[in-house]
Amino acid sequence: MTAPLTVRVEDKLYQNRYLVDTGRVHIKVRPHASPTPELRALLTACPAGCYALNGAGQVEIAADGCVECGTCRLIAEPSGDIEWSYPRGGYGVLYKFG
Amino acid sequence: MIEEKFDAIVVGAGMAGNAAALTMAQRGMKVLQLERGEYSGSKNVQGAILYADMLEKLIPDFRDDAPLERHLVEQRFWMMDDRSHVGLHYRSEDFNEQSPNRYTIIRAQFDKWFSKKVQEAGAVVLCETTVVELVKDSFGKVIGVRTDRSGGLIRADVVVIAEGVTGLLGTRAGLREIPKPENTALAVKEMHFMPRETIESRFNLKGDEGMVIEAAGTISRGMTGMGFIYSNKECVSIGMGCLVSDFQRTGETPYGLLDAFKRHPSVAPLIEGSEVKEYSAHLIPEGGFKAIPQLYGDGWVVVGDAAQLNNAIHREGSNLAMTSGRIAGEAIFQLRSRREEMTEQNLALYKEMLDKSFVIKDLKKYKDMPALLHTQSQNFFLTYPQLVNKAMQSFVRVDGTPKVEKEKKTIRSFVNARSWFGLFADGFRLARAWR
Repeated sequence: MTAPLTVRVEDKLYQNRYLVDTGRVHIKVRPHASPTPELRALLTACPAGCYALNGAGQVEIAADGCVECGTCRLIAEPSGDIEWSYPRGGYGVLYKFG
Repeated sequence: MIEEKFDAIVVGAGMAGNAAALTMAQRGMKVLQLERGEYSGSKNVQGAILYADMLEKLIPDFRDDAPLERHLVEQRFWMMDDRSHVGLHYRSEDFNEQSPNRYTIIRAQFDKWFSKKVQEAGAVVLCETTVVELVKDSFGKVIGVRTDRSGGLIRADVVVIAEGVTGLLGTRAGLREIPKPENTALAVKEMHFMPRETIESRFNLKGDEGMVIEAAGTISRGMTGMGFIYSNKECVSIGMGCLVSDFQRTGETPYGLLDAFKRHPSVAPLIEGSEVKEYSAHLIPEGGFKAIPQLYGDGWVVVGDAAQLNNAIHREGSNLAMTSGRIAGEAIFQLRSRREEMTEQNLALYKEMLDKSFVIKDLKKYKDMPALLHTQSQNFFLTYPQLVNKAMQSFVRVDGTPKVEKEKKTIRSFVNARSWFGLFADGFRLARAWR
């Protein structure tokens, strides 16, 4: 039972309901050559796994699965690494239970 | 688009916003409430436990039609190591009373009901509308809001900011700072569905009785955090939360921790065979009394999570939110009936009234707890749980070792781990912070 299992957060998000605002991303990552510690932290701290490294080692966001918790804002907005806002009214995650 | 001016605009339709909007609408005020979700509740996440007393003050007969899950008859606290837990359980038939004190609820459903009451009281509730800006006049007084729906300014005498823990509007407008990672927890939760008979037999419940488990220990891997299991009618909410700064520091993933909690031998049998229907995440303000920001200003007040009103020790948040919303509504109504302006000086009445309530009194009592738990996390969440579980095993296992030797060994394990000085210092610090 102690064998480390890899948890796929995608499988969890698959249960959720979203209305994606195509073409309007509500979180933007500041262009960078190599990621700051704050950006790096988002790779693991984001509960929806929205942040990933691209081939060039830069942090990218795919916000479709975002659950709008604000964790990344607390970590990386003060340093200017990301720009954060809510999705437009009615869009984003739609909790059935919450 | 909206030409008329409102007596009050409430931003957000969670517990605090709904309480404020209801309080003012019930008193005949012209209230506009703006909510970015599809409906009140669609963006809201909580464990969730509802405390009846605070809702009774708003809707005395709420039990008639509110979507309640189970009334709690049992509370279990677990101190866990990797393979065991030591529990303190409290169960009482007294909780099977005419008007129970605590219920589990499902927020999306509960908030929808709450919002209906707000609308019935006469408030205008506009959903799918994100407020993007608090608008100030040249003197710095908040005079209304702008939304993403119409570019225009919607005016009101006062804006009640009930925007929740992330608090984007208030921080953008410079009313307060962004919550700090070391003062904020991130919790993730799953909804596990099973037949109600299964829930009742697994958790020793009958009818609508419910129970909650709150667990701390090695499940948070040395971070400041907790796990929880709440029984609803046909599902179980299971979640895990830790400080954002701890996630940042350790590189642990929230979903990884939750899954380890679910696989713990004490937990796994409780949710076996269930169907997961939702995964959610939410921030919780944990800074306590010392993190409370400025609560009022010219033309505005802030309530609920946005105001950091959360009692992390007792895991109470929604009732503080509800109460602060109600008190803000009452204060605003008092000023209005005396025909007084919604200035900073006059709105200080809200804080005065809040200071006299349990909200601020409770937070004040535990003002030193966050600092203690947030800086001593290794000891309180890793070392002690391991020691206590080992001690308990040694106490119950019968293996021919004389009891005196067992006791000595247990005491030695505590002293080796924390030293006599460390043990006394921890005890002293805990007692002082709890006082």
